[in-house]
Amino acid sequence: MKDTDHTRPVPRAVNWNRLEDEIDLDVWNRLTVNFWLPEKVPLSNDIPGWSQLTPGEQTLTIRVFTGLTLLDTIQNTVGAPALMADAITPHEEAVLSNIAFMEAVHARSYSSVFSTLCQTAEVDEAFRWSAENEHLQAKSRLILDEYDAAASPLRRKVASVFLESFLFYSGFYLPMHWSSRARLTNTADLIRLIIRDEAIHGYYIGYKFQRGMERLPEAGRQEIKDFAFGLLFDLYEIEARYTEQLYDGLGLSEDVKHFLHYNANKALQNLGFEALFPEEACRVNPAIMAALSPNSDENHDFFSGSGSSYVIGKAVATEDDDWDF
Amino acid sequence: MGGLVYFSSASGNTARLVGRLGLPACRIPRRAGDPVPAITEPFVLICPTYADGYGRGAVPKQVIRFLNDPATRALLRGVIAGGNRNFGKLFALSGDVISARCNVPLLYRFELAGTGEDTTRIRAGLARFRAEEEDKTCLTQA
Ligand SMILES: Cc1cc2nc3c(=O)[nH]c(=O)nc-3n(C[C@H](O)[C@H](O)[C@H](O)COP(=O)(O)O)c2cc1C
Ligand SMILES: [Fe+2]
Ligand SMILES: [Fe+2]
Repeated sequence: MKDTDHTRPVPRAVNWNRLEDEIDLDVWNRLTVNFWLPEKVPLSNDIPGWSQLTPGEQTLTIRVFTGLTLLDTIQNTVGAPALMADAITPHEEAVLSNIAFMEAVHARSYSSVFSTLCQTAEVDEAFRWSAENEHLQAKSRLILDEYDAAASPLRRKVASVFLESFLFYSGFYLPMHWSSRARLTNTADLIRLIIRDEAIHGYYIGYKFQRGMERLPEAGRQEIKDFAFGLLFDLYEIEARYTEQLYDGLGLSEDVKHFLHYNANKALQNLGFEALFPEEACRVNPAIMAALSPNSDENHDFFSGSGSSYVIGKAVATEDDDWDF
Repeated sequence: MGGLVYFSSASGNTARLVGRLGLPACRIPRRAGDPVPAITEPFVLICPTYADGYGRGAVPKQVIRFLNDPATRALLRGVIAGGNRNFGKLFALSGDVISARCNVPLLYRFELAGTGEDTTRIRAGLARFRAEEEDKTCLTQA
């Protein structure tokens, strides 16, 4: 029987007991365990702190969050579905459908912050601002053009990793900054949940990208790599201007740029590439690093500490059954 | 003191770091059936973190299997942990878990495949650590 009359073949039923790639199941398991909703975070505790921000700081915060909402909306409605069409294994499609849904949760959670802390009119105004902001629109355009280009699944993955591991960080900087000053700490908790999800998304899509690269001849790999670095340059140009527009008023632009360089290098690592920005350019303000990963200060390991005393890890309350001793 | 042992999943970040270190190192296999390397000398373990949101499962199963062997565990001297600061409090948690479980020092933590500064610090740190370990051995033997 031929099915030439049908454009869409009947898909294979997904059998999770026959994996082609173990990483699909590992990532599926982690993502599903990590599932969360914004209702879990007590955002209303931030109301007093919000009222201590100046009107300018409030407007900036709302604008930054509408910018983040836009990126998550793009991932939810265009990015993850586009990658789904490129999936090699049926399990990969399932993982991407989980990712797509979480992007909707992310996009939705900024509105939870808004409804808890802000006036409807100022939020509407910020959404209008984001729809008209040239930099936000320009970076979205660059990413969408890659998602829409029919030709290259690998280029789409590059665009997706750059969005999730790089473009978000001009925005994520601000709640980390407030949190380092004990402001909006619950909102920061919510943002950290998003950051954690994005780390797994960037890891997974970057990993699939590396698998795809392995199948290309050397010349093809070089072409994709040149494309990736070129796209990162273009996006960085836009991000630098976006950053100045948002943060010059607070005198934070240079600080934010260090954070951007640091994250750009990590995005490249997700793709299996070497760093682009030199290390001096990536020295992020320690207060921001501490807000990103609380309780993991540098000096607690032997090689970074000045003294020569060893530290034995504190007993961690996360027992796994597999240890025999 | 002997060498380095590391685990790296198919994403290969830890393997890339170890490659840049340029020191002899032995890899714990990814597939469950593959033979685990036999360890005969004291070693430092380099291990990434794969926790869920609650911190469970931070140490990859293959590494747990490797450390479950008492003879191997007796030779473990320290741990270097990989991770990503985007995991917040759980950054490089596998290092804390292994350190506490096996009662060895947590030597260093790095992100993804590490930076140039990380490789420099790890090389220097390992040299310092080895010297100290050898001093200790001499003292106990004397
Ligand atoms: C599902 C998943 C969970 C992870 N959990 C953590 C974590 O809890 N803490 C951390 O620091 N890194 C975490 N990571 C990041 C990895 O440790 C990091 O990507 C590492 O470089 C992987 O090393 P490998 O490529 O050598 O396997 C996680 C990554 C994935 C995919
Ligand atoms: Fe997202
Ligand atoms: Fe994402």
